[in-house]
Parts: sequence; C-alpha cells; structure tokens
Amino acid sequence: MFQMIKRAKISKKESALIRLSAIVLAFLFSGLFILLLGHNPINVYISMFDGAFGSLYRLKETITITIPLVITSIGIMIAFKMKFWNIGGEGQILMGAFGATIFALNMPELPKFILLSLMLVSGFISGGLWALIPAIFKVKFGTNETIITLMLNYIAIKWITYLQYGPMRDPSALGFPKIANFSDNAILPSLFGIHIGWIFAVIIVITVSIFMKKSKWGYKISVIGESFDTARYAGININRVVLFSMFLSGGICGIAGMIEASAVNQTLNYSISAGYGFTAIITTWLSGLMPSIIIPVSLLFGGLVKGGNFIQTAFLIPKAAAQILQSMILFFAIGSEFFVNYKLKYKKRNYTTTNEKESV
Amino acid sequence: MNQKVFVKMKDICKSFGSVKANNLVNFEVNKGEVHALLGENGAGKSTLMNMLSGFYKPDSGSVFIRGKEIKFNSPKDAINEKIGMIHQHYKLVDVQTAKENIILGQKGNLFVNNKKLSKKIYDIANEYGLPINPDKKIYDMSIGEKQSVEILKVLYEGNDILIMDEPTAVLTPQETKKLFQIIKNMASKGCAIIIITHKLNEVMEVSDRVTILRKGKTITTVITKETTPELLTNLMVGKSVNLSIKRPEVIKSEEILKVENLFAKNKNGVKVLNNISFSLYGGEILGVAGVANSGQKEICESIAGLYPIESGKIIYENDDIVGKTPGEIINKGISMSFIPEDRLGMGLVASMDMIDNYLLKEFHNQKSIFLDRNPILKICNKMIEDLQIVTPGVNHPVKQLSGGNIQKVLIGREINTNPKILITAYAVRGLDIGSCHTIYDLINEQKGKGVAIMFIGEDLDILLQLCDKILVLSEGTVMGIVDARTTTKETIGHMMAGGLNSKEAY
Amino acid sequence: MIESFLYSVIISGTPLLFATLGEILTEKSGHLNLGVEGLMLLGAVGGFGIGFVTANPILAIFGGALVGMLGALIYAFLTVSLRANQVVSGLALTIFGTGISSYVGTIFVGKKMPEVIINFFKPFKIPLLNKIPFIGNILFNQDFFIYLSYISAISLGIYLYNTRFGLNLIAVGENPSAADSTGINVTLYKYVHIAIGGALCGLGGAYLSIVEVPQWQDNITAGRGWIAIALVIFASWNPYKAMYAAYIFGGLNIIGFRMQNLNFSQNLLDMLPYIVTIIVLVGSSIKKSKNNAPPKGLSVPYFREER
Repeated sequence: MFQMIKRAKISKKESALIRLSAIVLAFLFSGLFILLLGHNPINVYISMFDGAFGSLYRLKETITITIPLVITSIGIMIAFKMKFWNIGGEGQILMGAFGATIFALNMPELPKFILLSLMLVSGFISGGLWALIPAIFKVKFGTNETIITLMLNYIAIKWITYLQYGPMRDPSALGFPKIANFSDNAILPSLFGIHIGWIFAVIIVITVSIFMKKSKWGYKISVIGESFDTARYAGININRVVLFSMFLSGGICGIAGMIEASAVNQTLNYSISAGYGFTAIITTWLSGLMPSIIIPVSLLFGGLVKGGNFIQTAFLIPKAAAQILQSMILFFAIGSEFFVNYKLKYKKRNYTTTNEKESV
Repeated sequence: MNQKVFVKMKDICKSFGSVKANNLVNFEVNKGEVHALLGENGAGKSTLMNMLSGFYKPDSGSVFIRGKEIKFNSPKDAINEKIGMIHQHYKLVDVQTAKENIILGQKGNLFVNNKKLSKKIYDIANEYGLPINPDKKIYDMSIGEKQSVEILKVLYEGNDILIMDEPTAVLTPQETKKLFQIIKNMASKGCAIIIITHKLNEVMEVSDRVTILRKGKTITTVITKETTPELLTNLMVGKSVNLSIKRPEVIKSEEILKVENLFAKNKNGVKVLNNISFSLYGGEILGVAGVANSGQKEICESIAGLYPIESGKIIYENDDIVGKTPGEIINKGISMSFIPEDRLGMGLVASMDMIDNYLLKEFHNQKSIFLDRNPILKICNKMIEDLQIVTPGVNHPVKQLSGGNIQKVLIGREINTNPKILITAYAVRGLDIGSCHTIYDLINEQKGKGVAIMFIGEDLDILLQLCDKILVLSEGTVMGIVDARTTTKETIGHMMAGGLNSKEAY
Repeated sequence: MIESFLYSVIISGTPLLFATLGEILTEKSGHLNLGVEGLMLLGAVGGFGIGFVTANPILAIFGGALVGMLGALIYAFLTVSLRANQVVSGLALTIFGTGISSYVGTIFVGKKMPEVIINFFKPFKIPLLNKIPFIGNILFNQDFFIYLSYISAISLGIYLYNTRFGLNLIAVGENPSAADSTGINVTLYKYVHIAIGGALCGLGGAYLSIVEVPQWQDNITAGRGWIAIALVIFASWNPYKAMYAAYIFGGLNIIGFRMQNLNFSQNLLDMLPYIVTIIVLVGSSIKKSKNNAPPKGLSVPYFREER
C-alpha cells in the first residue's frame, strides 16, 4: 500500500527534473498514439517544429499566435494569483475587441495614433468591465466565479454573433454576414514584419512583472491569494483589491482582443478569440504564474498550433495531432505537480512492533 | 462471549513530525463503563481516540478489542469492530435528513425501506431517550439535535463502543444534563463509553473511571468515586516544574487598553465571550489561562478588529476601537501587535520570504505605490542576527523554516514596530526549550520597555513563572484575575474547570 | 405544428440530457468536470467509429459510452488520485477529446452510418403510452436511443434519491470526511461516478453522430458540452429537472430556426441558457438556499490524514 507524504521541501533542481520528465513523457505517449494511427511520430514532431520555427516567415506566424496568448495569460495570471478562477478570458477578449471596434467603425477618420489609443483604452475598459461582473457577484454574494466567467464567455460570443448577423452587419458585403472592415487608421502598424502587438505584449509582461513584484497592489494580491485570514490580519481591504484586480485582469485580456481585431482580423467577428482564452489558462498554469515563464510557454503553445496547421497542409496529417500533443503535455504536467508536492512511500499494511500475544 | 475488557490499548506511540503526540500510552475500557479521558489541551487525547477510530495509524503499540488484537487501517475497520466516534466537529451531511445521515455507509437492501427505517430509529431513540425527527434536515437542526443524530448514527449499527470528543463543548446546560442521562442509559445497556473532556465537574458527574493523560503520556487511571476534583486537577496539571523563566520586576505604568463588558457570539449563534472585562498596563504581562476554546482566540481577535463584537467597549487612549477593521486600527496609528495562534495561516504568508512577510506590517507605512524592500532587507538581516534565526537567507520561504524560527520571524516583526500593546496567542506552542526561552526573553524585554503584554498560554507552569497577573477563562467568562506570584497551579486549575472565583480580587 | 415542433425539441434536447445527467453525477461526487465537451466528442467518435465498423447499433451505443468513460477515467486519475486542479484538468480533457475526435474522425469525414443502424434507430411507438393524448405522440413515438435517455434520467433520479448508493454519493460530494468516517470508500465512489458520468456524456455525443446527424462532422457537438455544464446548475443537480432543462434548451436551439419569419434573432435567444444559469447561480448564493446549492465538496480535493 502506498502512502502519500507531503514533501517538506524540494530542491529547484528536483522539481525542474520532475516537470521536465513530464514533458518528455508527454511526447513519448503522444508519439505512441500517433504511431498507432499509422504515422511516424518522429517525422511528425520534426515537421511540426519545422512548421513552427523552420523559416523566418513561419516564425513570424508563430509569434503572431503567441502575442495574444502571452497577453491573455498575463491577464489571467493576475486573477489566478488571487486564487480567483477567471476562466472568462474568451469573453474578455471578445468584449475588448468589441470596445475597440466601436471606435474603429464610428470614427474611422481620426488620426491613426489617436484612434488606436482610443481603441486600446476602450478595449481595456470593456474587457475590464466584463470581468468585473463575476467579481461583483463574488464580493457581494460569494457566488462561485468559475461557472459565471465560463457562462460570460458564451454570452459574449452570442452577443458578437448577434451583432455580426444583425445590427452591425456590413450591407456592402453582398449578403455575407460580416462586420465592416476597419479603416487603415484603425489597423496596428508592423515592426520587423510583425504587427506591433508584440511590443504591447513585451510592455505588458514587463509592466505587470514590476507591478506584481514591486507595487503595493501586487503585493496585496499575492497576500490575498495565499490566505484571506492573513490579508485581513494585515488590514488589507480584500473586496477592493479583488474588484480592482479583476478589472485589470479582464482589461488586459481586452487588450488582446483589441490587438486581434485591429491587427489580425481587421474587423470584429465572433471567432476572434480563437480559443486563446482557454489556451491561456493552460499556459498561465503551466508557467507557474510567473510572467517571465509565460513567454516561453506561450511560444511553445503558439508553436504547437502553428506546427499543427503546417503538418496538416504539408503532410495531410490532421492538425488535431497538435491538440493531442497539447493535451498530453497538460495531462503529464498536471499529474507531475503531485509528485512535486508529495512523495509516495511504500508501506506495509501492518504497523505493529509488538509481537506478544494478549491473553485476557 | 462474555468479554469484560472491551478496549485495551497497549504502549501506543504516535508522532506528527517531531512532536510525540502519544508516547507509550496505555488505556483500558470495560463493558458498561463510562470512562473519561482527561487531560489538558495537547495531552494527546484526541490523537489516541483517532487511532481507536481508524483515522490515524499508530507508529507502534497494539490495540485489542474484546480481547482480540486488531490492526486498524481505515475507519471501516473500526466500524467493523463496532466502534463509533462522535467528533467534536460533527461529521454530518447538512443537506440530508437525520435518517439519511444515520444509514450512510451501511449495508442493506439497495432501496431504503423508509417506514421500517423510521420505526427502527424511533425505537432506538425511545430506548435511550433521544429526541429525534428522522425526516428533519440537518441544516434545520439545533446543535443538540445534531448531536442526537450523531449518537443515533453510532447506535443504529449496534455499536457498543462509543467515543465522544468533548461532547458538551457546544451544549447548553440543559442539553448537557439530557446527554448525561442518555450516556448513563447506554452504559447500563452494556455499551462502553469513552468521553474526552477537560471539564472536571462533568467527569465527576458522569464517569465511572478516569484516565489522565499529560504531555502524551498516561499518568494513571482512577475510580471516579474514590477521587476528588482537586486530586484530578493535580494529576492533570502535574507538579509545578521550575522552568527557570526570568520575571524581571518592572514598575507598571498607566493603563493602555481597557476591555469593558465584551460580549460576542460565533457563527452558530453560540455565546463565546460573556461579559469580559480587564485592563492591560504598561510594563506588565497579563497571562490568560483556560482550557481550549474558552474564548482566548475570540478575545485576541476582537482586540485586533478581526472578530464581530455584539456589545462592549475596547478603549485605547480614550477611543473605543470596537467595530473598526484592522486596516482602520492601523491607520489610526494604534500601535498594537498581535501574534496569532495560527502562525502560517494568519500571522505570516507561508510561501513568502522573510522580507515580504515583514512587509505585511510595514507596507502601510510606505507612501509610494512601489514598495521599497531595501530598508527591510537590512532590518531582516539584523533580525536574523539578533534573534539567531536559522535560515538560508532572507529570501527563503518562511514555511521551510523550523517552528521556532518561524515564530522568531513573527515575533521579531511585531516587536520591531515598537508597539504599545503586544498580544501573543500560544507563542511557544510546539517549540523546543531553547526557542521557548528566546521568546520569553523577547517578551520580558518588551515588558522592560513599558509595553502592555497579553500572553495567552496553555502551560500553567509557564504562565505562573512568566506573567505578573493571570486571567482565568472558563467558557467565555472571566473566572478571576489572580496574582501569578502568590497563586498556585491548583487554584488556577480549579478556576479553569469552572470553579468559583477565588477571592483574590484585582 | 406545435406537436411537430415539440417532437423535434425532444430530439434536439437528447444529447444535452445525456451530458447533463453525466455532469450531475460527476458533480455529485464533488468533481467539477469542465471536460464535458471533450467527453461528448470522444463518445461521438467512439460511437460512430464502432457503429461504422461493426454495423451493430448496440455495439455503437456501448462504444460511445465506453470511450466517454475512458476519457473520464483520465480526469478521475488526475483529480482524485493526484488531487490535481479540477478546472485545468477538465480543460485539458476538452482539448484531448477535441483532438482525438478530430484526429480519428478524419477517417470518417463525409461517411454515413450504415443503413442497418439508421433503420434500427427509426422511431417506433410504445404501445399504450403513445395513446396518451398530445404528449403520447411527442414522447412515445421516438427512437430507441431517446427511450434510453428517459430510462437514464429516471433511473438516475431513483438511484440518487432512493438508493443507499445514491445517499452515500451525496454524502461523498457534500462532506467527504463525514462519508469517510462512516466507512464509505470515498475514492472508489468518486472513480465510479466520474466514470459513469463520462459514459453518459459519451452517450450524448454518440446520439449526435449515430442518430441525429448520422454522418461524421468535425466538432459535431458544437459547444453542447458547455451548455450541459450550465444546465446542471439550471436543473439544480436534479436528474428529473435535467429533463425539463435539456428540453427547454433543446427547444431554444431550434426555435430561432422556426421563427425566422418573426425576425427575432436566434443568437439573442441562444444567450438565454447562459444568462439564466448566471441568474440561478447568483440567486442561490443570495438566498443561501441549501437545497439548490452546489455540492459543498465541489472542486475541493480530499485528503484523509492531513496534519
């Protein structure tokens, strides 16, 4: 019989080793699966890597996918630090994009810098307000935020779909249900061949890292996440911090939405979030809520998406292979967490040390 | 089979980490007997009983039930031996009815025959005189009713060894009376009943024999009729031990904090503070003695602004601070330090390092939105040196330090702010002797500086040797405040057990 | 007109009903499984694949349930044995299910169910019951799979509220430590019910691929798994109420299509389940209602000897 024993401490090396072996095992297992379906896993992996990072063009494409992942992960990280399970990234991205679109479509002739700034601010506020809804319920009534944020995703999707098929449908699109394209002034410029969303991402990562590590608010967020009792003991106004941080969390996801609408889609549509909100939960979690680790993890997942698309077109291997790989990495990473925190010790069922027979 | 000895536990040892909760404990209970297990908080009573009910496994030793040696691996094994335990915190499913709770986990037909079941429950309930409505949901029940359900749960399966952990802790006197009648009924019907308690009057009233545990060891087993509460107290608290704790003479200064007629209820509406009044003076240590859960925690948290108060006043410099949040208290510039019982759950953030933990107290004082950790780094390094804290460094998570060092970090932080009031709850719990003395020295140093100190403790020897005055609590009421220099351990033990106020007025 | 509408409401609500029942059972054991969408897709591809290969309708149903169950066992291992975070594990399961169904499904793209199976799942009348005026024709002139969903819902209700196992399960989800102290094998209960829950979700997906659509489409569930999670709350964890809930939202699914000429947006109607779920959830947390609240142990890992 195995007994679980909580580890008193674990060296960085040991925990890194456990996590690393989880990733290796994930590749092995998915490989086995790919093999069962009649493909050579090594070829698949090589082509995926090639497809994601094999040329400058492919690398740029991968980075384009990585940008919203990084930004959304940072947003979600703030909520997760507080143990507020914000799984509403999808909805916050969409509402952020919606906020940006209002300005993009109604004031298309504003000077580029002003228009983009307005879109950014509006995207931030819209995403933030959307995230404030579950936070208010949580603070006021103690409602579980997991399901509410999940539901708000779908309400946001339906709302944008409604707009796309109804009031905001572009009459000049020849009956095709789409929202009008943005004017040139509403589109983010590029730098080094990639839209400047990457600069936003870098700025957000740096700012939020500093915010979390150095600022009073970041400190309060960490304390609340660790223990409500300690936060109360230290005289922190918990409700105020929760509301503010959720606004910030949703707002940052909203910025991702603004970037996707402006730079990638150049319009608004209901599939703009493309699952980034969900994938970001995973990348955030895998990065251990550390902003600096979010970038490489997001790049890995961006690469998996891009590589998946590549093997599909180049080798007719379904891109779902990449999804399977993603989920395997996750399964093993989630499972490995247990072995970071606990040791298994084999223990015999019998514990006695006395052998004497009792005679009464 | 006619077996008289129902339970025999022999040479039981159980450790949690470095703490020996049970050390070669021996314990025996007969059929038809009410056996009290008496001991102070931390004496190892609950640990022992958790092993008898299969929740913990002993490290060594053997357990014999009705003469047969049994190895417990899970609560199921205890159930098979017809042992039932009623925990202090009831293990009931709120959304289910009494009936449903009673049959949980039991074997029988797939479908439940409601009529037959209700009848059987009524039959047992009547037999023992338990009031019950089988179809009432637990969340609609009073605490007494919940306890009846717990007892029925145990009796229903035909269990005849019953363990009750502090069964009267949450009951009214009337409910207690009824419970004792029921317990006596059960014993007369052949059950063996073990009551974990530290209330002497109840031991005298209900038990046939008493086993006394102290500091994880069996002291003795006596027949209740042949003993007196005084004798039991002495056995429970032990002989006075000289711990060579210094008690510097400091001339007490003015009154710094005054608590007047404080009343409070807990979440369940049970009175936890009952007309508490006392004062803290500069340069004096007021000890607080009392069995566990007599209101110590609530007093501390009330003063720190963490507990809702029903009525009463807490006066600090002519200002009533009742109803203020900890944030408001800090912002008012009231310099108070509270060292809570739960070090890593309240006083410190387990996963943060020393600097960030120091910041818990300090961040209010920093005006910029960014935190400056440099001055704190210096303070922490000085603290490590002054208090001889053993740590790999200021950036090491505090949870990885030993208990004594964790406590030094906490106390070090609190006294560094130069408080006027210092409240400590179980400051030396779980610490080794060396660390304990460091903590006493620190507290005495504060006393010398004229700080008003409240020291909540569980070891009477420490209280008697460290404090100037001792306030004795029993069930949320102040039984009296005595002079630590002249009083005896027995007097305090008597008062803790709800004995009359001694006449040593304060 | 109304009759034929209600008739299709039952069909459209059936996958939701299975999945909601599955998630109810899972949540009753104290586990929030956000992998319903993935489990449905696993069931869809498993049912379709086995049906396609064997041309045996019963095996097809079993296939759907079995594959769903296997998926849920991964989740159970992570969250029960390894005490992993339930949200992340559930999301991982959804990605896994989506990936597997899509990968395996490439073999079946555009393929139809064999005639044998399609014929087997033709509607048939249940004698006597179908004579009940009005509802007889709606409820009791359906296919075998739908009858299976009625049976599942009702037997699950009986199981939960009238059997010892059901009572024990509720205790495990509400207060695992109390359940443990009465000798209930908490781990076993969690595993079994998460697995059966997965099988039911799998059946929901299988109904789509085998009967409702009956040809393979990628991402055939189109988000129904997420609705099911909402429906669990809407039905306040009650298998009987799950029937109303599933049919109401099955109805919403098709009403917009029927109301095209009334010029009311399907998309706004589609929001209703989610909005109602939020209202129900917030409402129950305001009232602190004890009967309609989530199981208390939901999402909380259980350890016995933690000290």
